[in-house]
Amino acid sequence: MKLTRTQKLWMFEKMVESRHFENLIKPAYFEGKQPVFNMAKGPLPGEMHLSDGQEPCAVGVCAHLRPCDAVTATHRPHHIAIAKGVNLEAMASEIFGRANGLSGGRGGHMHLFDKDVNFCCSGIIAQGMGPAVGAAMAAKLRGKDDVAVAFIGEGAANQGAFHETLNLASVWNAPVVFVVEDNAYGISVSKRSATAIERNADRACAYGMPGIFVPGNDPDRVFEAARDAIARARSGQGPSLIEIETIRLEGHFMGDAESYRPEGEKDALLTRDPITLYRTRLENEGVTPSTLDVIEATAKDRITAAFAHARQSPAPSPEDAFTTVFA
Amino acid sequence: MEKKRKLTIAKAMSEAIALEMRTSPDVLVMGEDIAKMGGVFGNTQGLLDEFGPDRVRDTPISETAFIGTAVGMAAAGMKPVVELMFVDFFGVCMDAIYNLAAKQSYFSGGNVTCPMVLMTSVGGGYGDAGQHSQTLYATFGHLPGMKVVMPSNAYDAKGMLAAAINDPNPVIFMYHKALQGMGWLGTVQRSIVHVPEEHYTVPLDKAHIVREGQDITLVGLGHTVHLALDAAATLESQGIDAEVIDLRSIAPLDRDTILASVKKTGTLISVDDDYHSYGVGAEILASIAEQENLQLKAAPKRISYPDIPVPFAPEMEHHVLPNANKIVSAAQRILKVGEHV
Ligand SMILES: Cc1ncc(C[n+]2csc(CCOP(=O)(O)OP(=O)(O)O)c2C)c(N)n1
Ligand SMILES: [Mg+2]
Repeated sequence: MKLTRTQKLWMFEKMVESRHFENLIKPAYFEGKQPVFNMAKGPLPGEMHLSDGQEPCAVGVCAHLRPCDAVTATHRPHHIAIAKGVNLEAMASEIFGRANGLSGGRGGHMHLFDKDVNFCCSGIIAQGMGPAVGAAMAAKLRGKDDVAVAFIGEGAANQGAFHETLNLASVWNAPVVFVVEDNAYGISVSKRSATAIERNADRACAYGMPGIFVPGNDPDRVFEAARDAIARARSGQGPSLIEIETIRLEGHFMGDAESYRPEGEKDALLTRDPITLYRTRLENEGVTPSTLDVIEATAKDRITAAFAHARQSPAPSPEDAFTTVFA
Repeated sequence: MEKKRKLTIAKAMSEAIALEMRTSPDVLVMGEDIAKMGGVFGNTQGLLDEFGPDRVRDTPISETAFIGTAVGMAAAGMKPVVELMFVDFFGVCMDAIYNLAAKQSYFSGGNVTCPMVLMTSVGGGYGDAGQHSQTLYATFGHLPGMKVVMPSNAYDAKGMLAAAINDPNPVIFMYHKALQGMGWLGTVQRSIVHVPEEHYTVPLDKAHIVREGQDITLVGLGHTVHLALDAAATLESQGIDAEVIDLRSIAPLDRDTILASVKKTGTLISVDDDYHSYGVGAEILASIAEQENLQLKAAPKRISYPDIPVPFAPEMEHHVLPNANKIVSAAQRILKVGEHV
């Protein structure tokens, strides 16, 4: 199946939505945190991990998923949540800690659960990998052709859970795809200094599954790699590992001074913004600028509306803290 | 008068480690983001520059591996100082801690020691939700074979970390985010105190009476020491003279200091920010209850964190965290003075 123009425009649209989401978080995050930055203050307290630059990973993979397919994501979840179709208003409300958020303000930005589209994420490294295999096995045992995808960062590939999960998924022939977003850093520690081999995709062979490396942070190439891996899982042929070379355009979390980056690295990354590059490609392929402008404008409007909704929504009642601990 | 050097806990900790590293080549530091970045919470700043990458090692995100490695280094007689930035993350590597480090001495009949320090941050109150805001004092305090300590101020931080590095046993060295003195988190100013330049130690098994009083004993640790001091100031204006004890150590628990105080004041409130049940407060109150011939003038009370995960939204989180007002009301209630709730 060839990548169609409709699919390309969908990927463009979701990338724009994701970036606009992060762009609206940025000023909101600093509200109430000035003149002295204090993470506890303002409408968005706590850590905030943005996904600017990593949008191709999310859209290229999620383009092949249905709502009933499961996705587990990480502490850096917004781009993946948006591409998976998580309810934008409920997601924005959750991040603002509002009563009508995905979990009523109990989870916040690192703990987004949307049962309707089978999305979740969490804050401990490599933690989502086991649950993805579980979702995949549930589908398999019930005779469905649903699949699961676990997104992780390249730093997570050094965590014990990564190796155990790959082995188990392979032994049980689980319909799961592991997607490594390689943004070259785990907080301040470079992949080069922390990982024994150059490419995590090469680790797949140790667990008897295909390992695909996707260079260039290119949505089209991610789309193609994911298409094959997900088709393989859906047709009962077992798990795959995809490693995507991507870039992190912001700090690890908001407020990160990024002094660990070599001189000039950040400036070079900023010239490789994947959304700008993709727009140029689409124009070169004959999509009119006005078509893209309309897509961009409507995508942004949707996000702006979700944020407005979140800000107008009521805070939870303090006593809500005690409910839902048990089912 | 001696010139004052007011330091944050973060700075006091890095100073303590540097002093030990200068004295002993066996001391080394490892963990995530501790070298180039100087620690997410600033407690290893400057060490890479002074001691170089052999002795100040950024690790992969492989906690089972590097904490297990520290146990082996300690068995070989080195003194690893290891950091895992949030106590919430210990689930991935608990085995190396409670089944290896904590039992090395016992399994070897005392022949192999485990002189390692595990530094980790604890606490919430800043909207970081349920996997980045826990304290887990009791979880660690419950497991025999390791010491579990936490300073409430920079002076203690330096002296206790020096003692921990030189202790032949594994020491879990917790530091509370509300006291750490990071640029990006508010800090209780009372934790930033004068710290002598020279080497000194503060014992790891002695609680400290930070305020003397006659009417009621308030026991806290880390951040809750400051909540108790705030409460004591309010209580004083209402004619109640509270004694405040800084536990400093969760394990071992200095029961003698607590008991002596309660014998004097006649009742006690324990204040901590760990989950309520089976917690630090439970241990303290049980120790009091077990005393024969100890007559309390009023029933003791625990203030702690309820048995729920830490919620994200501030409206919920601040509702359930301990605070000075909760201590004041509890003291009034048990002493039957002031407003009755
Ligand atoms: C088990 C565990 N160890 C450490 C951390 C702290 N931590 C949070 S994000 C992160 C870096 C993760 O790097 P990577 O997997 O590459 O994801 P990225 O942040 O680059 O998206 C670390 C070390 C954690 N959350 N969980
Ligand atoms: Mg990374």
